[in-house]
Amino acid sequence: MKNFYGKLALALMACAPGACLAARAWILPSQTIVARAGGWVTFDAANSDDLFSFNQAAMPIDQLRVTAPDGQAVTPQNVATAKTRSSFDLELRTAGTYRVAVAGDSVMARWEEEGKPKRWRGLPAEMAANIPATAAKLEVEQAQRRVEAFVTVGAPTELKSSGVGIELVPHTHPNDLYVGEAAKFRFLLDGKPAPNLTVEVIAGGTRYRDSPQAMVLKTDKDGMVSVTWPASGFYWLDALVEDEKATVPNVRKRRATYNATLEVLPQ
Amino acid sequence: MIRLSRALLALIAAAAAGGAGAADLSLNLEIPNLPVAEYHRPYVAIWVESPEQTIAANLAVWYQLRGDHTKWLPDLRQWWRRGGRDLKVPVDGLTGATRPVGQHILKFDAAAPPLATLAPGKYTLVVEAVREVGGREAVRIPFEWPIKAARREAVQGTTELGAVALTLNP
Repeated sequence: MKNFYGKLALALMACAPGACLAARAWILPSQTIVARAGGWVTFDAANSDDLFSFNQAAMPIDQLRVTAPDGQAVTPQNVATAKTRSSFDLELRTAGTYRVAVAGDSVMARWEEEGKPKRWRGLPAEMAANIPATAAKLEVEQAQRRVEAFVTVGAPTELKSSGVGIELVPHTHPNDLYVGEAAKFRFLLDGKPAPNLTVEVIAGGTRYRDSPQAMVLKTDKDGMVSVTWPASGFYWLDALVEDEKATVPNVRKRRATYNATLEVLPQ
Repeated sequence: MIRLSRALLALIAAAAAGGAGAADLSLNLEIPNLPVAEYHRPYVAIWVESPEQTIAANLAVWYQLRGDHTKWLPDLRQWWRRGGRDLKVPVDGLTGATRPVGQHILKFDAAAPPLATLAPGKYTLVVEAVREVGGREAVRIPFEWPIKAARREAVQGTTELGAVALTLNP
């Protein structure tokens, strides 16, 4: 866990105060559609602006959770964090859809102590121990994030939502995406449909073109969004909600983020 | 020799015609000879597709049987998504070994599985082929069921498939 904070601190130092937008967070599977159980899929996890080039910083994966088709947690193997990427292997023991997610809460605090700016970032449970009661001009924000990818063995199976933060609920299964076809997803915030949410969709390979060519979509009143894939390849989904509905006690501001990596196949 | 072959062909044709009432669907399929350094026989899936693009009948699936190579079946992308993924291979009478370069003839009796249960309507015959370190190609031939008149429809594959012809005998 110490490592986790260390990396967070480093990441924080790298950005200007007040404008700390992290690099794009993504998990990239070596394969999303697998014929049968018994094989392995490898994942890279990184924070980098270039999709999907691990050329910036490794994603800390302390909050990694892999959910098997039956809802049970699966322990990833060969977990390693290098300089610019984390990676891990997943053994696929049963047929169906696996959800691979780095998700959880953290708290970011800024205050002044004897006229000097201070900041701290960590788990909500450790807030009290790290923020002095005498902190002046204290600003606390909850960061609620979910970064995920999906892998299916055989036929796709249902994905359950957790009711926490921003989530994607498949209408079109995330492992059933094809060029020229419209995929429909429902977005939830705290388990309820998230209307009017901006969802950006960016194709991988951003290094090889001049503009990100993001497709900017908005969810309808039921939280639904429809995207027609212009080309095959891996895509990155990005959604953000900033509100005052923090779920951590004594915190008001919340910043919920959602990112998914989706693979679109040719016809 | 030529005369003999012709005679033989006439005999076969007569024999086929003699089986009156036995409607069938036959398929002539060419796996082309490709001038490549590394050649592997293609995986091939042949099926009858409904207007909703679901699989109405699986006709043949050829993949490498020696060793466990079912891992590559999803490379038959359309077949896999349309229903290949719901199948537990091998399937008796459906799956088989990959076939060599050349002409292949497949014949399916309209009154026997899997065509016996095909509801009347418009369908498409799909032949999809994918080759290791090669490409993928799918060709489609629309037809109506049940067979009302003799018909032959041919399409020409461009990369992984040669000529593909569907013959319907009422």
